[in-house]
Amino acid sequence: MTEIENRAKASAAVPQPDTVRMMEMQALLDRYPPDPRFALAVMQDMQRQFNYVPREGLLALSSRIGRSEAQLYSMATFYKALSIKPKGRHIIKLCDGTACHIRGSAHLVAAVERLLGIKPEETTTDGMFSLELVNCLGSCALAPVMVVDGRYYGKVSADQLRGILDECRAGEEERAAL
Amino acid sequence: MTRTIFVCCGTGCIANGSLAVADALRAALDETATAYGQGKAAATAGQAERREAAATAGIQVEALVKQTGCNGFCENGPIVKIMPDDISYYKVKPQDAAEIIDSLDKAPVERLLYKDRDGRSLRSQKENPFYAQQMKIVLRNIGEIDPAEIDDYLARGGYAALKKALAMQPAEIIAEVEKSGLRGRGGAGFPTGSKWRIAASYDDFPKYVVMNGDEGDPGAFMDRSILEGDPHCVLEGLAICALAVGAEQGFFYIRDEYGLALHQVQKAIADAGKAGILGNAIMGSEKKLHLEVVRGGGAFVCGESTALMASIEGRPGEPRAKYIRSVQRGLWDKPTVLNNVETLANIPFLILEGGAKFAEKGTANSKGTKVFALVGKVKRTGLIEVPMGVSLRHLIFDIGGGLLSDRPFKAVQTGGPSGGCIPAELLDLPVDFDTLTEKGAMMGSGGMIVMDDRDCMVEMARYYVNFLCGESCGKCTPCREGLRQLRNILTDITEGRGEPEDLQLMEEICDTMRDASLCALGKSAPNPVMTTLRYFREEYESHIRDKTCPAGHCPKLTAFRIDTDKCTGCGRCAGACPGGAISGAIKSPYRIDGSKCLACGVCRDLCRFEAAIAEKAGYEA
Repeated sequence: MTEIENRAKASAAVPQPDTVRMMEMQALLDRYPPDPRFALAVMQDMQRQFNYVPREGLLALSSRIGRSEAQLYSMATFYKALSIKPKGRHIIKLCDGTACHIRGSAHLVAAVERLLGIKPEETTTDGMFSLELVNCLGSCALAPVMVVDGRYYGKVSADQLRGILDECRAGEEERAAL
Repeated sequence: MTRTIFVCCGTGCIANGSLAVADALRAALDETATAYGQGKAAATAGQAERREAAATAGIQVEALVKQTGCNGFCENGPIVKIMPDDISYYKVKPQDAAEIIDSLDKAPVERLLYKDRDGRSLRSQKENPFYAQQMKIVLRNIGEIDPAEIDDYLARGGYAALKKALAMQPAEIIAEVEKSGLRGRGGAGFPTGSKWRIAASYDDFPKYVVMNGDEGDPGAFMDRSILEGDPHCVLEGLAICALAVGAEQGFFYIRDEYGLALHQVQKAIADAGKAGILGNAIMGSEKKLHLEVVRGGGAFVCGESTALMASIEGRPGEPRAKYIRSVQRGLWDKPTVLNNVETLANIPFLILEGGAKFAEKGTANSKGTKVFALVGKVKRTGLIEVPMGVSLRHLIFDIGGGLLSDRPFKAVQTGGPSGGCIPAELLDLPVDFDTLTEKGAMMGSGGMIVMDDRDCMVEMARYYVNFLCGESCGKCTPCREGLRQLRNILTDITEGRGEPEDLQLMEEICDTMRDASLCALGKSAPNPVMTTLRYFREEYESHIRDKTCPAGHCPKLTAFRIDTDKCTGCGRCAGACPGGAISGAIKSPYRIDGSKCLACGVCRDLCRFEAAIAEKAGYEA
């Protein structure tokens, strides 16, 4: 089968992704009253659901609450919790709070760069991992702390880091094979 | 005897696996209960049913497992406490559960008890030096209740203060808070009573009350622990504040990263509403109060009052000039009281016991207690509460147990990025609002990061400036550009490109930022640089003049070698070296290949024989 046929088959099997996404987006907007003060909450929910704040989300929100797209864009780029570019499927959060910093978080940043070729706030080209340097997770007793997909790892060494990332990758390959 | 098994489920303990421990304890109880023919009810049903089943059964398994907030002793988590026997276990694993349940009517499980320096096992937290030297007002309920259960809070006298406040005139409440001398715990130390009095004086409605839970200082987790462990206490404090100033709407502004705290507060608001404590009739009175949670967007500057309010209103969190204070025109230009989490958590105690009793604790101008997060290179990392005015030495050495591996103390960083580094000669200073400020640092919200002789103070200043560079909102020039230039200069110094005139230049930039920045973030941003320049100037000079880092920390100025006389050839460093620079054969001295060495210092931190030595870069092994 040619690639074009493959694609045609795929698009026939599932509804147009855009429509699905717009429906999801609408459902998400409907969670809050149409008041500008919920703009941040809506965008946080978009970030959670889509891994970023999509342009069409900003537009939809803009017409709903009566704030210009530019104003919403300024929020989306101001708050660290929001991103206007898609993040990777697995988000590595390395804590660089002071306690983690003096217990060697910089070694972990260097290790991620060696292993994945990404610096903080970057995403691997295959879209698998994003690296975020976060300020403090308040788990200073476990410094240095790393959180991958919401799971906490304490007293992490560069050695363990490799294992944790491999596990992520293996999990994904397993799912792909199914 | 009915026992309660408390499992610490603060974020630190959860990260150490305490949820699995709680599940294992429930399962073990269930198994024992089944063995006694009691059925599954005891362990798998809700808490009320378990309690009932335990009460009716009348046998050895009358115990229930509760998940509490942070016990503070995070270093040794997960922590399990059994009451009323008052036995505390540390570093508990799920596989210990059966043994713990089995021991309930027998002797405690020896190996899980805390051992003091002489190796004595300590049963109770009261004997443990970490706890014994604390005084708990704010943290009094944490670890003793399940924060998700409003009944637990009520059983410990919760909402009695709100009831008392309902019978008082607003002016009486404010007078009591003023009498107590309570000052804002977020860092600035503004008298809470005065703030309330000013807000109450305006005849401009609606008014708002806001809790500031945007705890952004790295190395600080006091507010998170309070919200996670005793959310109703903060709720009660905010409700009393609303009564005093005449507000009917309140907001909890909480960092989005604090998932558990958000959840607990949301549940607490819902439960208090159902119980008739909040809502259209506070405890059946004619007073109203509606509360709402707002998630922060991950911006450090939102801890600043006007930025936080901008964020609640749905705008970027940029501060405004405060010609008019937010107590007069805050949220939507209406009078708004913003209080920190810990400040509000003091209110119920203060109202119940009276302002005079509260004022008995602490120093002349700083009353009550303060919660600190003691972290960094200290033996007992954790959350502690002590009366204002105790010395730094007491905090770090008596409660904290001294430095990791007994290395020499170098500095303690207080007050987060707006604070400063305090050297050993000032360790006997009392910790309160005013003393540390006089020394150029500040008590701040309560983060204390302990550093040893291997931490470089120049790098520390660079770290904080870099942090603030990323967090400066960019609205005013002194903060935005000043931080950027400071970062460039500090990076140059740590990488060996420093010039002698840099120090004076930095001082000039710091002065400008202090005088001309718009908000407190910018005005206090130079503190880490100013204090390190003041107390550790010779360290800057070594970096600039001799191109060495005395702490052996800055990679560009440091090289490592192995002392062949001390090396036992254990190979530990070789396995951990991220650059693969260390080679050798077991039981004979190892060697570092300078061309591969990243100068990260992992070998030095790991070596138990002090064989890995930092030297000035350029040394050829």
